[in-house]
Amino acid sequence: MLLGRAANGLFWVSRYIERAENMARLVDTGLRLSITETSTASDEWGSVLSSAGVRAAFEAAHSEYSTPIVADFLLRDLTNPSSVLSSMETARMNARMVRTTLTREVWEAINEAWMTFRRLLTSPVDERDLPAVLDAIKREAALIRGTFQGTMLRNEIFEFAQLGTLIERADNTARILDVKYFVLLPSAAWVGSVLDTTQWQTILRSVSAHRSYRWTYEGEYSPTNVADHLILNRRMPRSLAFAYNGICASLDALAEDYETRHPAHDMAAQTLATLREASIETIVDRGLHEFLRCFIRDNARLADQIAADFRFN
Amino acid sequence: MSFFDEMQSGEGPRSPYRAYQQWLSQQDASRLNAKAHDAERVFRKTGITFAVYGEEEAAERLIPFDIVPRIISGGEWRRLVQGIEQRVQALNAFLDDIYHRQEILRAGRIPREIIANNDAFLPEMIGVRPPAGVYTHIIGVDIVRTDENEFFVLEDNARTPSGVSYMLENRETMMQLFPELFQKVSVRPVENYPQLLRNSLGNVRPRNCEGAPRIAILTPGSFNSAYFEHAFLADQMGVELVEGQDLRVIDGRVAMRTTQGYKPIDVLYRRVDDDYLDPMTFRPDSALGVPGIMDVYRAGNITIANAPGTGIADDKAIYSYMPEIIEFYTGRKAILQNVPTWRCSEPDSLDYVLEHLSELVVKEVHGSGGYGMLVGPAASKKEREAFAAKLKARPSNYIAQPTLSLSTCPILTDAGLAPRHVDLRPFVLVSDAIRIVPGGLTRVAMREGSLVVNSSQGGGTKDTWVLND
Repeated sequence: MLLGRAANGLFWVSRYIERAENMARLVDTGLRLSITETSTASDEWGSVLSSAGVRAAFEAAHSEYSTPIVADFLLRDLTNPSSVLSSMETARMNARMVRTTLTREVWEAINEAWMTFRRLLTSPVDERDLPAVLDAIKREAALIRGTFQGTMLRNEIFEFAQLGTLIERADNTARILDVKYFVLLPSAAWVGSVLDTTQWQTILRSVSAHRSYRWTYEGEYSPTNVADHLILNRRMPRSLAFAYNGICASLDALAEDYETRHPAHDMAAQTLATLREASIETIVDRGLHEFLRCFIRDNARLADQIAADFRFN
Repeated sequence: MSFFDEMQSGEGPRSPYRAYQQWLSQQDASRLNAKAHDAERVFRKTGITFAVYGEEEAAERLIPFDIVPRIISGGEWRRLVQGIEQRVQALNAFLDDIYHRQEILRAGRIPREIIANNDAFLPEMIGVRPPAGVYTHIIGVDIVRTDENEFFVLEDNARTPSGVSYMLENRETMMQLFPELFQKVSVRPVENYPQLLRNSLGNVRPRNCEGAPRIAILTPGSFNSAYFEHAFLADQMGVELVEGQDLRVIDGRVAMRTTQGYKPIDVLYRRVDDDYLDPMTFRPDSALGVPGIMDVYRAGNITIANAPGTGIADDKAIYSYMPEIIEFYTGRKAILQNVPTWRCSEPDSLDYVLEHLSELVVKEVHGSGGYGMLVGPAASKKEREAFAAKLKARPSNYIAQPTLSLSTCPILTDAGLAPRHVDLRPFVLVSDAIRIVPGGLTRVAMREGSLVVNSSQGGGTKDTWVLND
C-alpha cells in the first residue's frame, strides 16, 4: 500500500536525479564543443540551454554566453530550478519526505550525494576544475542508481521511481534531438555538402552514446542512423524506444499488482506501438521536428495522466 | 556546591558503573575520541538531524551524542517503575474524571479555575470515553535525581512526548561502536519499543474494528523539527506516515489517499497538537489536521493517541497538584515525589518567589522546551529584574521551584571525562497494561555547570542502561 503523495515523491526524486545527471552531461558536451573550434560559443551554449529548456530564463538574467557563466547557471544557480544544485536539493527534499519507502542504502546514497554536491558547488567552479566536478556529479548519480537497482524490492515503490526516471530521460533525449534536428535533415546529407561530424558527435556524446553508436552502425556517421539510434534503437538505454519499453513494463506491473488498468496504460501503449512500428524513414518523411514536438508534448501529458490515475495529488 | 555524581562515589565507581569503569580503564583515550567522531558521522549520514525553530540558517543540526552511558541498576529501576506506574495510572484516571463527573473538583481537591480557564481543557471531550478508557497512550515522565535514593518528577509529558527515536538510535550506535562492551555488561534491551508501541496502539483499536487494525502516524511534515522521529517510528513499526493532506473523512471514517483509492484508518498516533487537529472544531486555519476528525472520534470510529484534551496533564499548574491527584485516585501517597512547587497565582507564594528569585527556577505554566524560563542562580541582576516585572504582570502564568542540584554523569571531552548535569525521560506505554521500556532518554547539559538539558537549547543525549541484575 502506498500513499498517493509518496508515489508522487518517488516519481519526482527520480526525475530530479535523472535531470541533475543529464544536466552534468549537457555541460560536459558544451564544454567539449567550446574548446573545439567549429561554431560560435553562443551557438553551442545556446543549444545546450535550449535542450535544457532554460534558454529564456538564462537570457533574461545574462547577456554573455561564456563557459563560466553558462556552466554556473546550469550547475549552481538556485534561481534555475533545473540546475544541478537545485535539482539535487529538490530530489533530496522529496527523498526525505518518502524516506520510509527507500532502503537505507538508497537514502544514504541520495543524502551523501546531496552533501557532496553542496560541497562541490558552494562557490563558482573554476573552469579548470569543471571536468573533475562533472565527473563527480555523474559518479554520485551512478551510485544512487546502483543502490536503487541493487537493493530496492520490485514492488509499486520501484515502479513509480522507474517511471520518473524514464519519463525524464525520454524528455531529455527528445529535447536534445529536437534542438539539433536541422543537423539531421536529409538536406544535410546531400551529396557534395560538408558533413558536420562534430555536430552529430555532439548529439551522441550528450546522451553517452558515442561509442555505442559505433558498435551498432560500424561505419560512418549519417543523420538517419543518429536519429535511429536515439529514437528507435531499443538497445540504447537513453533512446525513446528504450524509455517507453520500460515505461510500459512499469505500468503493466502496476496494472497487475493493482488489478486495474488506467488511461495512462493506453496512452503509453500507443506511444510504444508507434515507436515499434515506425521506421526512421517514415519519421523523417513525416517531419522529424514535428515528430519530436509531438513526442515531447505526449510524454508530458502521460506524466500528468499518471499523476491523476494514481492520485498523486 | 557539590553534586551527586552517578558514576563516581567517594572511593571509586558506584556499583552500577563498576564493570563499565573496568572496561574504560583499558581504553586508549585517542581511540575513544575517534569513536566519538565516528558516532557523529553515522548520525549525519543517517540524517538524524533536526531543525531548530527561530534560527536564521535553520540548516540541520545534530543533537550532540556522548559515548559514556548513563547506567542504572536493576534495583534502582524497579523502584522508579513503581512510582512511574502509579503516576501514569493517576493521570489517566484524572483525565477520565475531568471529562466526566469531575469528582476531584466536587471534592475541592483542586480549584475549578485551573480546569475551567485552561485552553488545554477541551469541552469537546466532555462525555467522550476513548477505547479502553485510555487517554494518554504514550507518556514521557521527566525525572531528575539529587542523591543516591532521591528522585523527583520534573514534568509529565502527556501530549506528544518526543525523543524515543534518539533512545533507540543511541543504543544502536553504542552497539555498533563498542560491541565488546555489551558482551561484558548485561544491559536490558530497548530495541523492542517499536513493536511494543505497535501492539499497544493495536490494543486500543475502536470497538467495532474488524480484523487487524490499520495504524498510521500523523506528522506535520518534513519541516517539523521532530520529523526524523516520526519517520523513524513509522518505519520501525511498519505503519504508514501520513500528513493532513493525505486524509479525508469518508463514510464516517478517516481515510488516507493511496495510489489505489481511499483506505480507512483505525488508530492514529498523532504528533500534531490539539489546536491543529481539526479545522472544523479547533483552529480553522490549520492545514495539518483533518476536517471532521473529531466527529469520527466521538462516534467511536477511530482511536486517536494521545487522545485530544490530554494536554491539560502537561500543564505545570496541574503538575503542582499531582500529589493531591495521585492520592485522590490511588488512595496512596505519591511514591515518586514532585519537585516542591510554588504557584505564583497564590499571593503568599508570589511574594516568596519574588523575594528568592536568585535561588529559584521560574517556569511558564503553559511553556515547553525550556523556553520562557528563568534560572535564578544563573541569571544576571538585570535578567532577574526583567523577569520579576513579567511575574508581577501575570503571576498566574508562572510556577517556581528550587534549583535542584541535579546529579551529574561524565561526558567525554578533549580533556577526558568531565561531569555534566543529566535528567531522565522514561517512555511509558499505556493500553491494556502499563509498560515502561527499561531506561529511556538521558539528556545531558553539554556546557559545564549548565542545568538546561533541552535539545532545542544545545543539550545532548546519552545511551541509558538499565542493568540486568
